[in-house]
Amino acid sequence: MSTVYNKEAGSLRYDLQVIASWIEPGARVLDLGCGSGDLLAYLKMHKQAHTTGIEYSEERVAHCIQRGLTVLQGDFCREIRDYPDNCFDVVILSHTLQQTRNPKELLTDMLRIGRRVIVSFPNYAHWRVRLQVLFTGLAPVTDQLPYEWYDTPNIRIICFKDFKRFLQHFGMRAVREVAINTHHHETRGNQVRFLKNLRATFGILMLETAEDIYPHK
Amino acid sequence: MSSPTPQPAKLLVKRQFYTFAEPPQTMQLDSGAQLGPITLAYETLGKLNQERSNAVLILHAFSGDSHVAGYLTQEDTRPGWWDSMVGPGKAIDTNIYFVVCINILGSCAGSTGPASINPATGDFWALTFPMVTIGDMVRAQKHLIDHLGITKLLSLVGGSVGGMQVLQWCVDYPHMVRSAIPLATTSRHSAQAIAFNEVARQAIMADPAWNMGDYYNGPGPTHGLAVARMIGHVTYLSDEAMREKFGRRLHTGSLSFNFSGDFQVESYLHHQGKKFVDRFDANSLLYITKAADYFDLEREGGNLLINPDLAAVSFLVISFSSDWLYPTYQSKNIVSALKKNGSDVSFCEIDAQWGHDAFLLPNARLHGLISGFLARMRHEHSIQ
Repeated sequence: MSTVYNKEAGSLRYDLQVIASWIEPGARVLDLGCGSGDLLAYLKMHKQAHTTGIEYSEERVAHCIQRGLTVLQGDFCREIRDYPDNCFDVVILSHTLQQTRNPKELLTDMLRIGRRVIVSFPNYAHWRVRLQVLFTGLAPVTDQLPYEWYDTPNIRIICFKDFKRFLQHFGMRAVREVAINTHHHETRGNQVRFLKNLRATFGILMLETAEDIYPHK
Repeated sequence: MSSPTPQPAKLLVKRQFYTFAEPPQTMQLDSGAQLGPITLAYETLGKLNQERSNAVLILHAFSGDSHVAGYLTQEDTRPGWWDSMVGPGKAIDTNIYFVVCINILGSCAGSTGPASINPATGDFWALTFPMVTIGDMVRAQKHLIDHLGITKLLSLVGGSVGGMQVLQWCVDYPHMVRSAIPLATTSRHSAQAIAFNEVARQAIMADPAWNMGDYYNGPGPTHGLAVARMIGHVTYLSDEAMREKFGRRLHTGSLSFNFSGDFQVESYLHHQGKKFVDRFDANSLLYITKAADYFDLEREGGNLLINPDLAAVSFLVISFSSDWLYPTYQSKNIVSALKKNGSDVSFCEIDAQWGHDAFLLPNARLHGLISGFLARMRHEHSIQ
């Protein structure tokens, strides 16, 4: 089994590579929905990060702990409530925001326990999605959104542009962002610099609280 | 003619004894009483390395003993109580770790307890033995760990009442602990758990042969002790485990229409009760169940697990899905408190049908979790 101590670089999913490149060495990192722990193992090995993951599946939790990671089994929306303020440098939520019931509450909690938040999500406003709806009249099914309406875990429709408006409205701001037009499961990717809302298949943003701009939050 | 298949060499272990708090010294107990001298029975496996940094202390559950793994003699047919977990090449690998297991204070498998002789009177302690707590058990263990020259334990591992000792160690001696694995346990004994313990105690005390604890010159309260054990075994299983293991299957061919016991589940409990009488002291059961009932790390409003000294200790908390004696929410309470320290804490609820007993049964997932966690501890603390 691949443990933390022999984790190879470069085998990481492209979106995780981007996230990893934003993490400072030695940072305290919490990954919500950490899966089999590839990102955490990479950060531990290559960034000497102090990592914790939260994961729902017993099997994946056991896999993570066996490979030498610190992981808690549970529902991360509940689990993050126990942490004191600012006990992490970065809290990560990758490709899960679209599956959460209370995104605003969750992101607010993440920014309470972490100085910064990194979030990634599929962009529903991608041109391929728009064309599918327009020409087929059916709910869109794409590489990024591979589900039928009746079996999708995705209960939130998020567009790049919408998310930016959401941040402004709720006193958060993006300190870094990339828009990508390749599939997030690939190990290489392509970044989009203009017409992001139309061309990006998914986005990754680093957020912080912007209380100074919106004191009425 | 074929030669008999060679048997793998038996791992032989030796029970050892350590006596301290000898006159004029005593050990102060939580109740305020003084106790001495105190003897602890213990066993060790593996080798303590030069830096004395590879020690793993295993804390046994209420009816356990120091014989955690291996065999006491060449003729012995039954290995120690956690032989599936502990030994060369096993999850707690005695080729790597120096394993120590100590019979708890108040028990009856070599350590001082109510069935021991009080040297001051030359008679059995019986009910003159002072009430001991989980804290007292741990304080006594610390004397032995000091005696072994270990200043820092790589890990503490224990389930049930053993898990309570793991947590108590962390609270009382955080600087001596690098990591801890509390299994199927709680930070405060619940009303339900106290209730079952009280029924077990009443079963013993209602047996006329108990004789106010003074029975050491006779057979003692064998019936009461057997009933107490039967109650215990009900709480260690689960509805699902009993359905699977016994269902409504009959012990004999057909219904007997008397009270001799028709069902397999009855004969199982009778068997467990009878077996227990041969190896356990009724007064010890009274004392140890009381110690468990007194266990509460959230006394006086605070929570002793919320302590900045515990930030440096790594934890692996494990519960079992069908354990209704120490249900998962109680493990989650432990995790929730530890998170507040910024402690490194992992948690897994293992899906198992065998109830509270699951922590003692061979389980690949449990073994993987413990060996993986210990390997990380070894790696993080550069232990050879």
